[in-house]
Amino acid sequence: MATVLDREPATTTPGSPTRRRRVPPVVWLIAPSIVFMTLLFGWPVVAGVLQAFRGEDGFTLEFVGRMVGDPYFWPAVRNTLLLIIVLIPVQFVLAISMALLLRANPRLKNLYFFLWAIPLAVSDLAAGLVWLAVLTDRGYLNSLLDQLGFEPVSWLAFDNPTTLFAAVLVAELWRATSLVLVIVVAGLQGIPKDYDEAAAVFGASAWQRLWHVTLPLLKPSLQVALILRTILAIQVFAVAQALTGQNFPVLVGETYRWYRELQNPNVAAALALVILGVSMLTSLVYLRVLRDKSRETAS
Amino acid sequence: MTATAPPVDRTPLRRYRRNRVLVQVGCIAITAFMAVPLYLITLAAFSSRQSLNEFPLPLLPTDVSAETIGTFLRSTGIVASLGNSLLAGAGTLLLSTAIGVPAAYALARFAFRGKDPYQLFLLFTRALPIVVLSVPLAQLYLTTGLYDTTYAVIGLHTALTLPTTILITASVFLAVPVDVEEAARVFGCTPLQAFRQVVAPMALPGIAAASIFTFVLSWNEVLGASILTLTRRTLPAQVLTSLADSSLAYRFAGGFALVIPALLFIAVMRRYLTNMWGSTIR
Amino acid sequence: MRAQQDATRPVVSRRTVLGAALATPLLSACAGFDTSGAADAGTVSFLSTQFSPVEERQRFESVLRQELAVPVAYNPVDPGVFTSTIQSQAEAGQVQIGMIGGLHGDLAPLADQLDDVDALLADLAGVGYSEQVLELTRLGGPTAKYVPWMQATYVIAVNKKALEWLPPGVDAANLDYAGYLRWAQAARDANGHPVFGLPAGPKGLHHRFYQGFLLPSFTGGQITTFRSADAVTAWEYMRDLWSATAPASTNFDFMQEPLARGEVLVAWDHVARLIGATADHPDDWLMVPAPRGPKGLGYMLIVAGVGFPHGSVERAKAEQAVRGIAGAGMQIATLRENAFFPVIQIELPTDLPTGIALEAAAVRAQQRAPDALLALPPVGLGRKEGEVTQVFKNCFQQICLAGEPVRAVLDAQAGQLATILAGLSVPCWAPDPIAPGTLCEVG
Repeated sequence: MATVLDREPATTTPGSPTRRRRVPPVVWLIAPSIVFMTLLFGWPVVAGVLQAFRGEDGFTLEFVGRMVGDPYFWPAVRNTLLLIIVLIPVQFVLAISMALLLRANPRLKNLYFFLWAIPLAVSDLAAGLVWLAVLTDRGYLNSLLDQLGFEPVSWLAFDNPTTLFAAVLVAELWRATSLVLVIVVAGLQGIPKDYDEAAAVFGASAWQRLWHVTLPLLKPSLQVALILRTILAIQVFAVAQALTGQNFPVLVGETYRWYRELQNPNVAAALALVILGVSMLTSLVYLRVLRDKSRETAS
Repeated sequence: MTATAPPVDRTPLRRYRRNRVLVQVGCIAITAFMAVPLYLITLAAFSSRQSLNEFPLPLLPTDVSAETIGTFLRSTGIVASLGNSLLAGAGTLLLSTAIGVPAAYALARFAFRGKDPYQLFLLFTRALPIVVLSVPLAQLYLTTGLYDTTYAVIGLHTALTLPTTILITASVFLAVPVDVEEAARVFGCTPLQAFRQVVAPMALPGIAAASIFTFVLSWNEVLGASILTLTRRTLPAQVLTSLADSSLAYRFAGGFALVIPALLFIAVMRRYLTNMWGSTIR
Repeated sequence: MRAQQDATRPVVSRRTVLGAALATPLLSACAGFDTSGAADAGTVSFLSTQFSPVEERQRFESVLRQELAVPVAYNPVDPGVFTSTIQSQAEAGQVQIGMIGGLHGDLAPLADQLDDVDALLADLAGVGYSEQVLELTRLGGPTAKYVPWMQATYVIAVNKKALEWLPPGVDAANLDYAGYLRWAQAARDANGHPVFGLPAGPKGLHHRFYQGFLLPSFTGGQITTFRSADAVTAWEYMRDLWSATAPASTNFDFMQEPLARGEVLVAWDHVARLIGATADHPDDWLMVPAPRGPKGLGYMLIVAGVGFPHGSVERAKAEQAVRGIAGAGMQIATLRENAFFPVIQIELPTDLPTGIALEAAAVRAQQRAPDALLALPPVGLGRKEGEVTQVFKNCFQQICLAGEPVRAVLDAQAGQLATILAGLSVPCWAPDPIAPGTLCEVG
């Protein structure tokens, strides 16, 4: 099964003109997107991002230095990376399990799918506010514990980094697993159930069917979901800020802080470049690593 | 004759039933995790303000009041900003699909140099926090005269949603076998007709998924809409930042009201997303 | 055979064309619906950072409608969007707003983009703006850049339940810092957990406590005594106070909600961020002035002002609106509805709502105390104001939350402060000795 990268060009139909010096159709198809993005974002990105290096006397690395020297910078990098490393695998396992549960066709399947997709519709600011109301000292979770007879726990206390991290993890898990779920479900639609049934007839266990039949066929969707989810996870901000304030710094939170409170767009641009760099690097890694080496021809 | 038939082996039936039960249990457990916060938003949005100040908070609807939602819905510009958000969402959907689907087709069907750089280029807008672009972006729209219109918001949101549209739709196009498309062309369809009659219906789940992401992102996007509009704001730009400063009751009322339209959209698109489940080779 | 395709055959179905035809006029006819309530021309567009919570905004809009003769469209935004909007409009040369309003700290970075308002202030001289307020309006430059709009300060809200742990010899209406600490500790010991609060959240104003209350009361200054021995005493006191303060305070931006919920019983905060606590049971509350320290009762004044960006629209109407804002009706109504105090000389009416009346009494007691020591927010720092604020927040973070040694932290932060001020070359401001022409140096 080829990935987005490796499809052979579709063979031409009989009677179509042979290659002359004309613009290949690919260009017409992707040109609108390139033109649109360049027009809308070209100059703002150049102007905004170059601020990271433009001081009063021209090119300077002063702002990069200030960014690195800030006491919150390395904790923000560590927290963001930690979140990604723990969150992404858990989310993918959860989302794939959810999709497979749905594929098993239980009753009320449509209701379950709808409920599981609802967190997609919730904005990240609203999600942060909801989980804050659940986890705060006098919130719903502690109300429940209190009614069950337990002592309320201070989940969001600044001196308990473990529960802080766990709180952000759970809130992000709730909010963003639907994204992966919807992509995986869309991808599963394209897999006819005959492959799975044939494997079952030949005696493959459920796990073997999953690992050798379903997942490889799902690779394009998983690749897209991984890229998108990682980029968005690097930018997690509203939930972390709502739940933890400044006690759990993350990269985008630091960008906002430098831009808004410290009124320093140059250092904020430097931080944005760091985020961009990390995102591009991980995307490139996903594109290369998840590329399917087997090339199938159209016949 | 009364030959005794061998006893029916009920193990496969038991195993089947047990699996069905396990599947249901799994679904219910996950639904509990996903749905409980939603239940709490609804509960709190319709509680009176006093009841939200008590401890322990009531977990069942005992003090129902539509006061906070009512006040929230009466704030200045709510209905107008709702209209603006709908306009922006619809416009973004149309534009993003119109530009994105052809590009997705190209990504899926053609191998060309620069595929990786093209995909990375697309991801730029999602990978860069646009807060640092606030002033240049607003300046661009000011000089072109589109500042403070829904067109500006549509433009920005389309640029933000093109990556998801193109990449998701491309991954689903890949699942459509080329043979079927070529067969259609052999039988005399133009490439465009082959696309429309053969590929698009089979790729509908991907297009539906991409449209859900597009609409939801446009609906919830707050920073860009705040920067690019002044008097014609979308609903989040008008409301979301003030929500964070408001009292608890309003946060829930606002959060609840903001979620409803996006929910309706998902309910509508759901059908297209799962319309091919379990079908056999087409 | 369909081998020969008719080149003119439409490639989209009729239904799609119909749908697009219906959608196009809808999409193109309106570039959007107006959300600011300013449908007609002649309305002044007022961009502001204040009163963004839903209820405050609604109340203020009704006040504007009642008190001003000019229609004003009130548009509150988040401070980051405020600055970006004004800067981008100014740089593109297309200002679309009529007037802007914000706290002194919101307007300071925009000093270069504001028009001079000396003439307007001279006109309004009769209302009796105080000298310190007028000094602030100059934003460190030679001319006044904004017209004072309203003022506020910070007091302490006390739930009467907390009075039962008041130590003997401590008067709640006449606190000193030592007594306040003993009270907090007694309350903590009685309850098993601290019940005093401080707005130490990301948007909380705790840095004003250190700048305007703690340090002036212990050291007599803000910048020039930053790392003196008295300052060390002050921060050691703060560390002790923090251990008797609810740790959840690092999540509190506004204290009115935790107070109303009963999560904390005593809290220091901005008057407008405490008023909501008294809404439901006004008789359960006391409002008291801030405590006094060895050098006096340090308190900070916060001023909000209204300015005109270069090239703003509807200037005549906007000036009329500003004159209305300086009028007694508007000033009293703002106090009644949103707990921001008048900035003009005026007798407060006697029929104020209970919570406001309590706050007004506390504010008066604070200002008229014999050893009152007025502290102003930093003047003339422009865009570096945020960095100075950060210095004080870092002190709190490192001394109270991380437990680092006070002397080392103060020395390190003093170095940062010195770097920031050295780049600016500004004279000091109250409570440090004001000597125009000399540079403020960190002591």
